[in-house]
Amino acid sequence: MPKDHGIGASSKRREDVRFLSGRGYYTDDSALAGQTYAVMVRSNVAHGRIKSINTANAAKMPGVLAIFTGEDFKDVGGNPAGWLINSRDGTPMREPKRPVLAHGKVRHVGDAYAAVIAETYNQAKDAAQQLADDSEIEELPAIVDMKKAVADASNRVHDEIPDNLCFDWGWIEDNRAAVNAAFEKAPHITTLELVNNRLVPNAMEPRSSIGEYYPGTGDYKLTTTSQNPHLTRLLVGAFVLGIPENKLTVVAPDVGGGFGSKIYHYGEEAVVLAAAKKLARPVRWTAERTESFLSDAHGRDHVTRIELASTKDGEILAIRTETLANVGAYLSNFSTATPTFLHGTLMAGPYKVPHVYVNVKTVFTNTAPVDAYRGAGRPEATFSLERIIDKMCRELNLDPFEVRRKNLIQPDQFPYTTPVGLVYDTGNYQATLDKLIDLADVAGFDKRAAASKAKGKLRGMGLSTWIEACGIAPSNLVGVLGSRVGLYDAATVRVNATGTISVMTGAHSHGQGHETVFAQVVAEKLGIAESQIEIVHGDTSKIPFGMGSYGSRSLAVCGSAMSKAVDKIIAKGKKIAAHMLEASENDIVFADGKFSVAGTDKAKTFGEIAFSAYVPHNYPLETLEPGLEETAFYDPANFTYPAGAYLCEVEVDPETGKVDIASFTCADDFGNVMNPMIVEGQVHGGVGQGIGQALLENTTYDENGQLLTASYMDYAMPRADDVPFYTVDHSCITPCTHNPLGVKGCGEAGAIGSPPAVVNAVIDALHRGGMTHVKHIDMPVSPSRVWQAING
Amino acid sequence: MTKVTMTVNGKTVSREVEGRTLLSSFLREGLGLTGTHVGCDTSQCGACVVHVDGKAVKSCSTFAADVDGATVKTIEGMNNPDGSLSVVQQAFQDHHGLQCGFCTPGMVMSSAALLAENPKPTEAEIRHYLEGNICRCTGYHNIVKAVLAASGQDAAALAAE
Repeated sequence: MPKDHGIGASSKRREDVRFLSGRGYYTDDSALAGQTYAVMVRSNVAHGRIKSINTANAAKMPGVLAIFTGEDFKDVGGNPAGWLINSRDGTPMREPKRPVLAHGKVRHVGDAYAAVIAETYNQAKDAAQQLADDSEIEELPAIVDMKKAVADASNRVHDEIPDNLCFDWGWIEDNRAAVNAAFEKAPHITTLELVNNRLVPNAMEPRSSIGEYYPGTGDYKLTTTSQNPHLTRLLVGAFVLGIPENKLTVVAPDVGGGFGSKIYHYGEEAVVLAAAKKLARPVRWTAERTESFLSDAHGRDHVTRIELASTKDGEILAIRTETLANVGAYLSNFSTATPTFLHGTLMAGPYKVPHVYVNVKTVFTNTAPVDAYRGAGRPEATFSLERIIDKMCRELNLDPFEVRRKNLIQPDQFPYTTPVGLVYDTGNYQATLDKLIDLADVAGFDKRAAASKAKGKLRGMGLSTWIEACGIAPSNLVGVLGSRVGLYDAATVRVNATGTISVMTGAHSHGQGHETVFAQVVAEKLGIAESQIEIVHGDTSKIPFGMGSYGSRSLAVCGSAMSKAVDKIIAKGKKIAAHMLEASENDIVFADGKFSVAGTDKAKTFGEIAFSAYVPHNYPLETLEPGLEETAFYDPANFTYPAGAYLCEVEVDPETGKVDIASFTCADDFGNVMNPMIVEGQVHGGVGQGIGQALLENTTYDENGQLLTASYMDYAMPRADDVPFYTVDHSCITPCTHNPLGVKGCGEAGAIGSPPAVVNAVIDALHRGGMTHVKHIDMPVSPSRVWQAING
Repeated sequence: MTKVTMTVNGKTVSREVEGRTLLSSFLREGLGLTGTHVGCDTSQCGACVVHVDGKAVKSCSTFAADVDGATVKTIEGMNNPDGSLSVVQQAFQDHHGLQCGFCTPGMVMSSAALLAENPKPTEAEIRHYLEGNICRCTGYHNIVKAVLAASGQDAAALAAE
């Protein structure tokens, strides 16, 4: 019988009622007295020198209240990179200033160089058009292709960076010689060049920000579409505008999806705050979808050459990669961590690989900034690895299931230290592979393939055994590796006088269902009803300093902080109960919502203890403070390492090249599962995005740096009829060994494990159809690419 | 400016609007019905779907003036009179057919329109009908399940977890 409440129950989401009734509260839903509207003036060229911006005509237009240009922000700070990467020669990365509004040069189509504030949106829009007409921007040759950017030093995205290179990183540089030596001795070497296609995260809610300023107190408030309001407060306050953190509240209310793109601080947030102060009125800005395409941080965009050294029977001996990673025109906040420590450290996958060396050159181009997008570095590593293992199997005529099984780390080898700097705490990769083979009915494949053939279709199956690192940690380690922030989190558990509970968490929910799941965890630990627990998030004036939600960290890091805070509540409750029950604290046990004296029927309910803490008439005041509220900060000892095995079956139409997903099966190990319904939903969503990357989505700039895919008419988002029902399973459980809940994280898994499974399936289908000349097809595996591969 | 009058969620409303005022703006800014969302401006994503005279319409590409005299229903008008969730809404909650909630109002309005036209749609018919509604969170699995369930079909049998 499944549980109906607490940990492990598929509790229905409480937040759904408001979303389903049209009563969500997203940033753009607010209506504030005296509000004004901001519209950004964006570059329509990829690279240009700003010769003049004549604001006079626009300023005279109806309703126009203020105009800002790069000149207005030239003396404030830049939007910083959060992670310092050193090149192989020890020199620090190049960090050009990322201004609030472009100044001197524009560096990508959509780069905002001015902002117009007016009484109405339409007035602001009209004046922004006038301002664009009155601006003279000398177009410079665009730098779009990464290889050309590095090869041709005559054209520079940033005048002070001679080779358009941010850094040239080696991981681990000291291991390079040993890796090369392993390749020299290797019986077989497989080589593959591949592209990890550039994606636009496309949260359905466009970015939106509202600035407010209160002249009486000097306080600011920013309401914004953020995954991490405290991080945004730190960046826009301390780094950019110089607003003290105690004078700035950042609120991220209901947020309509993030997928990474709303981790970062963006210039519009600084503009609306500065404008709100100037006008002493609220200033609101909401992106149109095309603005989102042009100015949200994009994802992926790697070009990789990977080599795999093996024995003739498929034992992996060494892996070596060279990657060009696009960072776009400016360094977004985590853009330097994504292709390095979230990518290179995963290049051993779930396998026993003695030697691994990763080289990443990160390149500036005249395109939108690129940063972490669902999975962030780990999908790139997984795709490279799972594709080349499949290619090796074909070259050596080996079974891809058996080759993976042979190379997987064995269950008795944990904790396992990889050659790329991670220690996997626990796992059982054979178990998920076995589960997958069973669930996906691999044994029945031939029968299904025959049925497909009868319809004129080629059926193939593609496997991916993946691992990821979630809940990036610990702070002292990431600090050594260049992180400029700590990666702990925090929670406050406030037991109210009447026994209800408010939990203030540093996590931010933008689809993950924290309001439900976190309440389940607290309810389980305290033995009280979920309905008595409120989860408060997203408002820096209410919550402790937390780092928000990304990297599948909410439960593993923020949930652990919450769990620790609840433990402190129980510990204090025992002291209070000991006093009230005239017993020793050591004799008090807490279970089922009651504090009892062990071995007796003397007990106090949780509510009685709470009431006593706030009405301390019979209370140990000489030794204990009144009140029942605890805060805990939690800095994890290690990453968590979810892992799993995915199988995709496709049908390829050899006449048209069209690929249909026939089935998609996932066997995951997420450690302990708090709410199975939500975990399954996260996997569905991740797999949907992974199928999108594999078959549909591509971000295309032409040679002039014009974004050709800047609306949903040109950028192929996965739709309901592009995907199947998925089969997902999370019954293989090896609990995380170092966090109190034993959880690992599930948010990114689907997007990490699925793209190689899809592409491997397409290649498999073509090979089974006799087209063995097809070695690889880059994503998205569109009908035209498949057709060309077949007929090429 | 033009005067438009329409019935929105059972109430008659009249407002002066500019010719270029979109129905989505009219609802969100004019009437404060912010449950209708704008996700793409080009009638692709479907977050803005409302019912106009019973038919699903993308309000981000409909002029308010063009629906003068019409009967409009938005997500705010979908709950049962007692405030509880209607069958379609309840199915979305029961089957976890939403995550961030942003596409949800349009998804619910489109699903309701589908079920009005076709009370027992097949999985393929549901997927085809919802082509004009983009969801980035759910991978559509639980949305399709929710619509199957709302139509009284055994969603569990059709869609294994």
